[in-house]
Amino acid sequence: MKKACGLHCTKINNISVKIGKQEILKNVNIHIHCGELTVIIGRNGAGKTTLLKAILGEIKHEGNITFVDMSDNTTKHIRIGYVPQSINIERHMPTTVYDMCASFMTYKPIWLKKDPKIYAKIKEQLKVFGAEQLIDKCVGNLSGGELQRVLLTIATNPLPNLLILDEPVSGIDKNGIKVFYELVNKLKNERDVSIILVSHDLELVKKYADRVILLDKEILKEGTAEVVYNSKEFKSVFGPMERK
Amino acid sequence: METMYQLLDAILPFEFLSYSFMKNAFLAILLISPIFAILGTMIVNNKMAFFSDALGHSALTGIAIGTIFGIANNNISMILFAIVFAVALNMVKQKTTYGADTIISVFSSIAIAVGLAILANTGSFNKYSSYLVGDVLSITWEEIIVLAIAAVIIFVFWYYSFNKLNCVSLNPALAKSKGINVKVLDNLFVIIIAIVVMLSIRWIGILLINSLLILPAASSRNITRNMRSYHLFAVLFSLASGIVGLILSYYYNIPTGPMIVILSGAIYFVTFLLKDRVKE
Repeated sequence: MKKACGLHCTKINNISVKIGKQEILKNVNIHIHCGELTVIIGRNGAGKTTLLKAILGEIKHEGNITFVDMSDNTTKHIRIGYVPQSINIERHMPTTVYDMCASFMTYKPIWLKKDPKIYAKIKEQLKVFGAEQLIDKCVGNLSGGELQRVLLTIATNPLPNLLILDEPVSGIDKNGIKVFYELVNKLKNERDVSIILVSHDLELVKKYADRVILLDKEILKEGTAEVVYNSKEFKSVFGPMERK
Repeated sequence: METMYQLLDAILPFEFLSYSFMKNAFLAILLISPIFAILGTMIVNNKMAFFSDALGHSALTGIAIGTIFGIANNNISMILFAIVFAVALNMVKQKTTYGADTIISVFSSIAIAVGLAILANTGSFNKYSSYLVGDVLSITWEEIIVLAIAAVIIFVFWYYSFNKLNCVSLNPALAKSKGINVKVLDNLFVIIIAIVVMLSIRWIGILLINSLLILPAASSRNITRNMRSYHLFAVLFSLASGIVGLILSYYYNIPTGPMIVILSGAIYFVTFLLKDRVKE
């Protein structure tokens, strides 16, 4: 496994989004180095998901994203991985974890015979997130935490330069969220990847984030969790952080 | 053609296949059933049942507009209109915040109304009213060839694109992050459905065509756990109800289309009852 070298920088430059006349995001600038976990927090409707969509190129926006290799100062094509909050599955859906992973990996139709090579490869990839025993399970029967592991597997193979995570808000318990953060943290420490996470859990953010960005249409405050949580901007958005 | 008939006589020397119109119908069903079954798997997964229903209804409008422009070949005007209809519907669906069912209903009602109005006005409604129920027994050899070509094209499309379609179905944003061109694929899929539905509508009928797309896949979905068995059982159910439906319609003097759909419906209810036993 290749450790993060800290020499790759993802620059999100001047992202603005307007829908109709309404301004959703204004001049958002973020620089992220590999091996860093940047967490975006903000109240509901602050534009967190919109920012993710803009970075993914899902919605129209101004500004751009560049990826710079600082060892030789060249700009490279960026590969973005994405872990959505949820996916379109139902209980009893005839799709196994193998089916789902294989569709993202190969064009060999998953409605024909299983390919033992691909099966072994997927199992190997799932193992990184401790999910290899799920491979033959139906996706509709997975718990929220299990599904999140499978989605992490899909998003990180092949390994992206920038990994975007939309933290699940429902269908996953407190403990599941904690495991999720630990997996992300492990990934950050062991692989050469930058991570942006949109979070709804302020407690865990404090523990794992290298940098916190408080968003409300624009960046109100950024820095370490300590700095952001003690700022007056934070208090005006969330009120004083209650002690638990 | 003759060799094909002789081959059928040799392999399946049954009384119901002694007439050539029955041989033709049999071949048509062998071609249509598997195509409809495999397309149906994704239509059901994507909750597009209402969409494909509306698409079938647009057939009349296609014919009507064709008669205005003097296009002699109904197939061409129907297919062209259905493609425009499907792609437009797809676009509107993405742009609006209404429920998709409302938008589809609006499109579907307008399409039927315009079709009926034009056909009645030009006095050609009676000529085309047979499209409502369809008649697989009147299919000709040339039309079977067209269906066979369509079947090959769809099989190739399904072979190379199914995994990507499945990714889009699971989560479009995730699919896009993996470099899949979501919009193109989405449109390609509805265009393929439009072509298949329009090529088969004269044999199955506007009123029943959607059940052929939905019922085999929905039945299979009840009792299967992965994509392989999902496809396999959808195709089996579709072929079984098609062939048995044809045979029963021959001996009991019931129209073929309704007979096939009644059988598919029966299979659906049986699988529905088996659901909990198989899945848990």
